[in-house]
Amino acid sequence: MDFILQPWPWFVGGPLIAISLLLYFYFGQNFGASTNFETMCTILGADKFSDYFNKDWKDQAYALMFVVGLIIGGFIAAYYLIPNQSIDLNPTTVEELKNLGFSNVGNQYFPDEIFGESAYSSLKGFLILIVSGILIGFGTRYAGGCTSGHAITGLSSLQLPSLLAVIGFFIGGIIATWVIIPVLF
Amino acid sequence: MKNIKFLILGIFFAIVLSKVQAISWYRFYEMFKFKSFHMFGIIGGAVVISAIFMQLFKYGKIKDINGNKIVPKPKKKGFINTIFGGTLFGLGWGISGACAAPVFVILGFELIPALILLVGALLGAFFYGLISKKLPN
Repeated sequence: MDFILQPWPWFVGGPLIAISLLLYFYFGQNFGASTNFETMCTILGADKFSDYFNKDWKDQAYALMFVVGLIIGGFIAAYYLIPNQSIDLNPTTVEELKNLGFSNVGNQYFPDEIFGESAYSSLKGFLILIVSGILIGFGTRYAGGCTSGHAITGLSSLQLPSLLAVIGFFIGGIIATWVIIPVLF
Repeated sequence: MKNIKFLILGIFFAIVLSKVQAISWYRFYEMFKFKSFHMFGIIGGAVVISAIFMQLFKYGKIKDINGNKIVPKPKKKGFINTIFGGTLFGLGWGISGACAAPVFVILGFELIPALILLVGALLGAFFYGLISKKLPN
């Protein structure tokens, strides 16, 4: 039980993610998460605006069940399996984020500056999250996949488009952390 | 209900991502700053072991639940869409620390902020659907 409640080391993560992928394929489907965004758009009526969403979402019911599982798993983890969210960060990261005005650095999974009250009490905080979300939704659809679909499934099956997509992921991520975060905070 | 196995797999995957801290904003920040090996170890490990599974699929050593050969779907091709779409996703990922699966997992941790992210992601997918035919591929 003690091991369950402690943070798990990185070398446990890779194999368990690979096992998730294996089971997903074993159950007869391709591993990935971002297609759910367009399936949900279809369910909400986006097919009235564009043929792109004119799909039978029932074919994606398995993926929606996976999403429901992700949400349930998130609640279980948050409430029962992670008594302490502190993270063992590099001391230079802590210093750097403090200098940008972040408080409580590494004492919880999500910084208050982005995931705290400012998300719904200030326009800036709200815009940071909603615009990030739009970039995630738009970008994964344009690129044809996300971290699970491209970085894990695509790279491991040696697909060139996935390598290009992952290069893009890192270009974007590096611009975000090196340029945009310091401008925003 | 034949899809219940995906529900259980989702719960398992969410717990794994949560316990190895792969949903934490700080972990992605450090990854993009090259200050920690943690996320590279997780993603690299997942890719290497998955690549072994892919070879076992390819040679038919592992078949799916119905006994069929497992063939991963080819990803859509194109240079501009994958690089440029990837970069846009990376910007959102780098700022919020969330990718597609974690957006749902984070609902359990920070409900309202994660809902804002999710609404954004749905709007983003919707915009893409509206203009996809006009975009270069």
